[in-house]
Amino acid sequence: MTIINFTPLSAFTGGILIGFAVFILFIFNGRMAGVSSIASNAFMQSTDRPDNFLFLFGLILGPIFYSVFSGGVVSNMTSSYALIIVAGLLVGFGTKIGSGCTSGHGICGISRFSLRSIIATISFIITGVLTVFIFGA
Amino acid sequence: MTKLISLISGLIFGLGLTISGMVNPEKVIGFLNIFREWDPSLIFVMVGAIITFSPLYLIFKRKSRPILTQFFIIPSKKDLDKNLIIGASLFGIGWGLVGLCPGPAISALSFFKYEVYAFVACMFIGFYLGNILINRQN
Repeated sequence: MTIINFTPLSAFTGGILIGFAVFILFIFNGRMAGVSSIASNAFMQSTDRPDNFLFLFGLILGPIFYSVFSGGVVSNMTSSYALIIVAGLLVGFGTKIGSGCTSGHGICGISRFSLRSIIATISFIITGVLTVFIFGA
Repeated sequence: MTKLISLISGLIFGLGLTISGMVNPEKVIGFLNIFREWDPSLIFVMVGAIITFSPLYLIFKRKSRPILTQFFIIPSKKDLDKNLIIGASLFGIGWGLVGLCPGPAISALSFFKYEVYAFVACMFIGFYLGNILINRQN
């Protein structure tokens, strides 16, 4: 194993912003900022629909705001469409039945010391690492 | 007012995902590529978010209610059921295949790439299918 592309400072700064965003939604609206739940509720549930859509809209504005002030955002995705389709279905189905994703379990849940979220986070990191190991990077 | 907060929270969240590099699938795959060339940065994203939110959560959850709504909505399930483990494991496979999870996938819609649109469309189909399964189980 070798360490490459390590950017701890920008990662940590971004993390603090995410934690702050989660806190704002919690203290004002009383809600947890789990993105998979917010996204699926926005489409499948009528309660709080405008709130959910506005949160998602804010997520989309994030990179746009950032590029206005900094010039550009790097985002490279080289996967084939077949892989993208399978991955999208797995991410949607998995987070729905598993009640959360990287934000809901990995950030909100672990911050609350939820055992369910700790187990879920360990599970998806293990299968994610194994998938990259098998299918290559 | 809750709508404005939702928008602001989403925007700050999206900025965080952008600054940290999580909107770049290549970087996320680099984080999961522990056995070859590893980019540990994303640990710092999680740690940064958790050390920010966790103490604030512990302090403010004792408040009787949020500032703008009647009560806090916090997941109450405690049991480690099959759905949790299987769901999280399947999610991890999808995450490892292309390097996108739900938050960054939504943020990445701003890049106007067909690949991202396809991913997000399939993710919503996945939500729908998962919902059917959950309704059958109940």
